[in-house]
Amino acid sequence: MLTVTDLHKSFETAGQPLPVLRGVDLAVTRGECVALTGESGSGKSTLLHLIAALDTFDAGSIRLDGQELAGLNDRARADLRRNRVGVIFQQFNLIPSLSVGDNLAFQARLAGRFDAAWQARLTERLGLGPLTDRWPEQLSGGQQQRVAVGRAIAARPALVLADEPTGNLDEATGGAVMDLLLDLVAETQATLLMVTHSAALAARLNRRVHLSLGQVSAL
Amino acid sequence: MNRLILRTLLSHWRSRPFQIVTLLLGLTVATALWSGVQAINAEARASYAQAAATLGTDRFDSLQPRGAETFDQEAYIALRRAGWDVSPVVEGSLRLGGERYRVLGIDPVTAPASLPARPDLQGADLTDFLGPTGLILISASTTLPPDVDLPPVRVVEGIAPGTLVMDIGLAQTLLTMPGQLSRLILLPGVQGAPPIAEASGVVFDRIAPRGDGGGIAALTDSFHLNLTAFGFLAFAVGLFIVYSSIGLAFEQRKPMLRTLRALGVPLRRLMLVMVAELTALALLAGIAGVALGYLIAASLLPDVAATLEGLYGAQVSGSLSLRPAWWATGLLIAMGGAALAAGDTLWRTARMPLLSAAMPEAWHGAQARAQFWQGIAALGCFALALVLCFTASSLTAGFALMGALLIGAALALPVVLATILRIGAARARGPLSQWGWADARQQMSRLSLALMALLLALSANIGVGTMVMSFRDTFTGWLDQRLVAEVYVTASDAEQGRAIHAWATDRVDAVLPIWSAEARLGAVPISIYGVAQHPTYSEHWPLIEALPGAWQSVASGEGALINEQMAARRDLSPGDALILPTPDGTDWPLTITAIYSDYGNPVDQVMVDVGLLATRYPDIERLRFALRTADAPQVIEEARARFGLSSEQVVDQAAIKALSLAIFERTFTVTGALNILTLAVAALALLTAMLTLQLMRLPSLAPLWAMGLTRAALARAELVKVLALALLTAILSIPIGLGVAWVLTNVINVMAFGWRLPMNLYPMDWLRLIGLALLTATVAAGLPVLRLARTAPRTLLGVFASER
Repeated sequence: MLTVTDLHKSFETAGQPLPVLRGVDLAVTRGECVALTGESGSGKSTLLHLIAALDTFDAGSIRLDGQELAGLNDRARADLRRNRVGVIFQQFNLIPSLSVGDNLAFQARLAGRFDAAWQARLTERLGLGPLTDRWPEQLSGGQQQRVAVGRAIAARPALVLADEPTGNLDEATGGAVMDLLLDLVAETQATLLMVTHSAALAARLNRRVHLSLGQVSAL
Repeated sequence: MNRLILRTLLSHWRSRPFQIVTLLLGLTVATALWSGVQAINAEARASYAQAAATLGTDRFDSLQPRGAETFDQEAYIALRRAGWDVSPVVEGSLRLGGERYRVLGIDPVTAPASLPARPDLQGADLTDFLGPTGLILISASTTLPPDVDLPPVRVVEGIAPGTLVMDIGLAQTLLTMPGQLSRLILLPGVQGAPPIAEASGVVFDRIAPRGDGGGIAALTDSFHLNLTAFGFLAFAVGLFIVYSSIGLAFEQRKPMLRTLRALGVPLRRLMLVMVAELTALALLAGIAGVALGYLIAASLLPDVAATLEGLYGAQVSGSLSLRPAWWATGLLIAMGGAALAAGDTLWRTARMPLLSAAMPEAWHGAQARAQFWQGIAALGCFALALVLCFTASSLTAGFALMGALLIGAALALPVVLATILRIGAARARGPLSQWGWADARQQMSRLSLALMALLLALSANIGVGTMVMSFRDTFTGWLDQRLVAEVYVTASDAEQGRAIHAWATDRVDAVLPIWSAEARLGAVPISIYGVAQHPTYSEHWPLIEALPGAWQSVASGEGALINEQMAARRDLSPGDALILPTPDGTDWPLTITAIYSDYGNPVDQVMVDVGLLATRYPDIERLRFALRTADAPQVIEEARARFGLSSEQVVDQAAIKALSLAIFERTFTVTGALNILTLAVAALALLTAMLTLQLMRLPSLAPLWAMGLTRAALARAELVKVLALALLTAILSIPIGLGVAWVLTNVINVMAFGWRLPMNLYPMDWLRLIGLALLTATVAAGLPVLRLARTAPRTLLGVFASER
């Protein structure tokens, strides 16, 4: 489903290239839930962003359902993000000007795959039924992250990418959000790639891939 | 410690140079427009005061002949013999090389010693002044054309610009007024002399001194008030830029301020340093603003001087002096403006909790609360405007009415826009359009100040534009009605006048004398014009209100027509009695039979039968005639050849109309320039708001980009939003602008000039302004949108970085 081969990415810092990924190889099969772990600065988030087509890489290859991401223009990368990927951020990144209900439905409507029945069921599953008319600023952190999860899942993407989705939440709330995420990923038969620092969370997924100094390494 | 705090605070600007440029630019432009207008006003008022001082009308009583512009100098000699300490003055205007100059003839021996124009009796000047060649005294700012044949000229201090001071005999020669005087300066301390009329045989009006620059200052007050109002509007619009820049800097410096406080900087010390920083910035911007204001004033002053001369006959120096008081006021206004714009920020800093709130800013609640109170304040302003609509009885009240209307509209704008956007969001179908409406609503809190500035500028533009165009149309139509005669002739003297009258009576269809007398009614000057009985008047003259048979009653000698400004100032209507003064001291009772429009004339005017005028005022000049003829070019040629008249003495209708329209157009040059400057400031406000807003927009836009919208699509959406907001603002500015136009034409004009204008509507002009507003918004949004379209993915990714 997802194949990453010899991926390289550097950032310019003080005029010097700073390598962040140094030949990453990774393969994820359909329906698999993979945890991406590693110390700070190891390149986890960068790898996630490259797979989400949010950024371009210097060398190597990323193939998503057989489609090569290298060389895609801005529009094609936007199409890919809109139609095939759902991203969950640590900071929730909800749209403050839209109500909870509108935030939940936003990406599905954007992708042209809005399904009212599925949306209603999803809202109930996330426990957000009574909150749909509220504004994001009126929700707790856990509630906001549930909206972010719902938004990413609503369009039934093939691949869900989560960047430390519980990093801003307490353990109990984080655990509940994780339960929901894993259930919904399973229900929609999506593939999950999740960046996390938590060994406990990583243990709940099918497999764990560890990054160290920009390369996949054995634990 | 202070230095350390200041250095820390200043480091913010180092990382955001654009922000400090915006702040300084806003304050500079606001100060420049305000101080520029003040400089023009100060220069003009100084000229009036100087003119009054030159003429002595600011300190001494004057004697002016009733019903005539001049009197025989025998009356002066008689008064001196009777023991009256009076000094003669001859006044008039002289055209040299296309420019008009004021001629002032004095007698240096009897003139008061404190009169600035009086040459030193002990000096060599006096010999030259009284000598056979003569001497002309002028101010340093007066220049004379090189090719005119005049006596020697000497520059002295204290003389008004555009005024030529000379010996009375020389003035009588230059003005062709042999043996005639204009007025007498009455020196204080006369006792035991017989009454003036008895001693001189002439009925004089005694005019008290005016310390404020004389009648000209009073006449031109409305003009200067207009300029001040415009300057203030531009200043207020400029302050919007400063307010939004300071507000943004505060939001961005919040974490720094909290850290400083957490590290032990006392609040009082922090506030003190912030005030010092602001003062330094205000001083810097103030100096630049005053310098820029000087340039603006210098470039506008020639047009202002021309306007003042055209409208009121006031001579104003065309060059600008650097006055220390003006510099000081400019700097003070810059500091005051900065304090006004930063007050809210300083207040919020003083009350800011040391620890930041855990929840992000609850913008929905905050915006709703702010809009509620703004709505209440707007309603208050509108209520005040409504009350003033019915009660305004002074020019200041008229401007207060306009201010209340404009401020109310500016305050109401965000509320109205938010309502429209809410309705739009509710009806939107696609996710992107739904987001667009909702996001525009959220942006309102940041953009509203710039949009308010745009609304003010557009409303003022529509208001003033409607007034000027209505005035132009009315004026043109009025000229067509008033200037019906084909040829206008001015004789050189009374004898030639009689000869022209006799010749023209046989040569043309009708000869209409244009004879007039000057008089005072209740100490206020009036002009009395004589009108012949002819269909030219009864069929064409623009009457506003009339009794039946108005013209017949004028012809029969019982009725009089008065101009609109006289009716307004003295609360007179058709049917009211009017008693005119006469040179022999008897009353001349008349009945007002009609009121006519008389645009551009600052003086009260009465029209009576010309024969009766000549009887009651036997000394009037009989020099001007309007001729009705189907053969104007031939008549003009014949008149010139037969009587040796110059091209200025015989003019056709088209030339007079062209001249009147040229004066009219120049009158509004300054208004037009200030209008455009205000609009430019509003565009700048929108640009700075957009640029600063763009820095804060990334967190709102990055999630959309992550969900699959291209940067180009986001940029397009941003542009459409700004254009939509500008369009809504422009549409809303039309009714407000028309309200301003109504106040200008029906309240302020009536108070300032005494005439009411019909208000016409110009939809094409509105469309042009809407186009201009959209263009302004496109230019303002163009750069930020372009930058957004080119934002590097890494910058957008920064929004999602966990360290944020």
